[in-house]
Amino acid sequence: MTHKQYPSLMRLSGLIRKEMWQIFRDPSSIGIAFLMPLLLLLLFGYGVSLDAKDIKLGIVIENPDLTTQSLAGSFERSDYFKPFPFSSIQEAQQALRERRITSILWLRNNFSEQLLSGQQAPISVIINAVDSNQANITKGYIQGVWLAWLTEYSAVQGKSLPLPVTLEQRVWFNPALSSRMFLVPGIIAIIMTLIGSLLTAMVVAREWERGTMEALMATPLHIGEMLLGKLVPYFILGMGGMLFSVAVAVWQFNVPLLGSLWILIISSALFMLVALLIGLLISILSKNQFVAGQIAILVTFLPAFILSGFLFDINSMPIAIQFITHIVPARYFVAILQTLFLAGDVWPVILSNLAALLIMFLFLFAIVWRKSYKRLD
Amino acid sequence: MRNILALAIKEFLALFRDKRSLLVIIGPPIMQLVIFGFAATYDLNHVPIAIYNQDEGEYSRDFISQIAGSENFTIIKSIDHDSEIPPLINNRKALLVVTIGPNFSADLHRHHHASIQAILDGRNSNTAMIAMNYLRTILFEFNQTWAQKHGLGSALTVQLKMRSWYNENLRSQWFIIPGIVGLLTLVVTLIVTSLSVAREREEGTFDQLLVTPMRPIEILLGKAIPGVVIGLFEASFIIVVAVTLFDIPLRGNIGALYLGLVLFILSATGLGLMISSIAVTQQQAVMGAFLFLVPAVILSGFSTPIANMPEALQWLTLLDPLRYFLTIVRGVFLEGDSYALLLNQYWPMAIISFISLAFAGWLFRHRMY
Repeated sequence: MTHKQYPSLMRLSGLIRKEMWQIFRDPSSIGIAFLMPLLLLLLFGYGVSLDAKDIKLGIVIENPDLTTQSLAGSFERSDYFKPFPFSSIQEAQQALRERRITSILWLRNNFSEQLLSGQQAPISVIINAVDSNQANITKGYIQGVWLAWLTEYSAVQGKSLPLPVTLEQRVWFNPALSSRMFLVPGIIAIIMTLIGSLLTAMVVAREWERGTMEALMATPLHIGEMLLGKLVPYFILGMGGMLFSVAVAVWQFNVPLLGSLWILIISSALFMLVALLIGLLISILSKNQFVAGQIAILVTFLPAFILSGFLFDINSMPIAIQFITHIVPARYFVAILQTLFLAGDVWPVILSNLAALLIMFLFLFAIVWRKSYKRLD
Repeated sequence: MRNILALAIKEFLALFRDKRSLLVIIGPPIMQLVIFGFAATYDLNHVPIAIYNQDEGEYSRDFISQIAGSENFTIIKSIDHDSEIPPLINNRKALLVVTIGPNFSADLHRHHHASIQAILDGRNSNTAMIAMNYLRTILFEFNQTWAQKHGLGSALTVQLKMRSWYNENLRSQWFIIPGIVGLLTLVVTLIVTSLSVAREREEGTFDQLLVTPMRPIEILLGKAIPGVVIGLFEASFIIVVAVTLFDIPLRGNIGALYLGLVLFILSATGLGLMISSIAVTQQQAVMGAFLFLVPAVILSGFSTPIANMPEALQWLTLLDPLRYFLTIVRGVFLEGDSYALLLNQYWPMAIISFISLAFAGWLFRHRMY
């Protein structure tokens, strides 16, 4: 006797209720949905910054006089530097080796003499370049202070500085060039990746491990109902975490949300589904919590952190690696979030990335569906 | 001693009973090293730039040819109207647009002064700042050459002579890849340890272990050995790949690096076992691992400098073993450090290892659930 099964709302809601109970019984799911976003947003919002300030600059002036004092004064007044005077270059270099300072400004004995006699007077700068990005930023700031001082000095001497072309820069979307403005929206994508995959990966793997999955399959439950039943509760939980993160970003960290909220919600929902499906896939493939947990730790955080364009510019990666970034869903969501928050509803960016997420969703859904069917047979 | 060894062997067997587990522990970290090693760089190349040149004179052409000749930029478009700028920037087609006004060459010729304008996409402020620095460098050279040609020659009397120590060509791979050594070692060690106790608790076999004549310290050592052995093995492999494939110079004392590595893996093992013993279920253990791993990476100075953090957070980083190990691994690789300079990195990790291992051992018997 065969009869076609129709999806039933009652069965579905029963399953969802059961999942909900499970969530509340083990509060670590709720922890992951709300504690993790809060922790990470606070860390990123307050703590993490690429903007160098208080650069520890050792200053060696071998022969102090008015000119060298005015130059050193320019560095002391700058917010970017925290000067440490040294009496000899050897001492300063030793401090650089011991990482007590990160750069040295060195005015030699005959600096003023050379300057006054119209010769070239070199300033030596030594930078600890282990962190090349910070070294580059430090170089830029030192050049800035140096040029400003030189302009002032030339003006006092009645000469104008022979730098004929000046550059006026205008930075759109983030005029203060504050790294928090792009790190906070970006971290939301990372958080969502973790929440989505973790929640489902572990929970469904547990059902396999304990055999309750087979028990579920023996019921008249339709495969679609089963997938929905698994996805809906964690989707709600994850979206709760998402909205919470957005609220923290906007109200706590004053990141402007220039785009529309409903686009943000739609794209977050789509991304959340992709993340949940990845978790579901991990659990179906591993079928035990131990392996599922290992895979989840490996494939979620670091790829999203490094390959999503959240921190490192994708266009500057080698072509082969750029290709790989296309399979990291966070990549598309980071692009959407940074644009939505800082630039507004820029349709070409949003639509192309949404389309990519949609393709990913359909692809993953098809795989998960097929894999689940196989188990039923 | 035999007890400990037997337990350690059992742990290895449990870990590798599932072939997929073996694959997970060996394969992905090595793949990730290669992919991340190439991906994680702050250096920009071929930054897409658009030029809006309203000037018809020779100087603007000179300037543009210098941009075109730079490795850092790729001119994607020359535009002839203001209205073309917003779509280029908004849609991320160009990271910056340089505008040269109609009187550029004439101004430069007559008054020795002119200006150009750059509009940047600031969505990623770090990228924007780096691209701007590239442009400034090109402009500076242009200025110098122009001044020399037009008899304003040596007027820049004070010159900056910059030298970069340890990473002479400012390659960010040299900075990031030693960091990845630390990152992946931490991840592998956590994967091995953070689930080990929780799984046994969930399956009930941990109670059986506790009623054997083994003392907690023996159980602890048996549980810790696989983490340390696998961590050391993978870290060594990663270090070899960093030196051979990525040509990162290993300038310092290898013994100093390995002393740091052992202490780091011990502290990661201790923290992993601690998380595992606090957790009642494997789900909680994985969540605990993440709640530790993610902040540990962020606070370690792997990608963003600790010196830029507010003071309170800088204090918090002192609890992060990865922070110390990154200083060691970068110090030994690039700065050529030996034991003496790294002393202050060793002892905090030793303390973290001791406390976390002791606490994990204590939890074996005292965790109520």
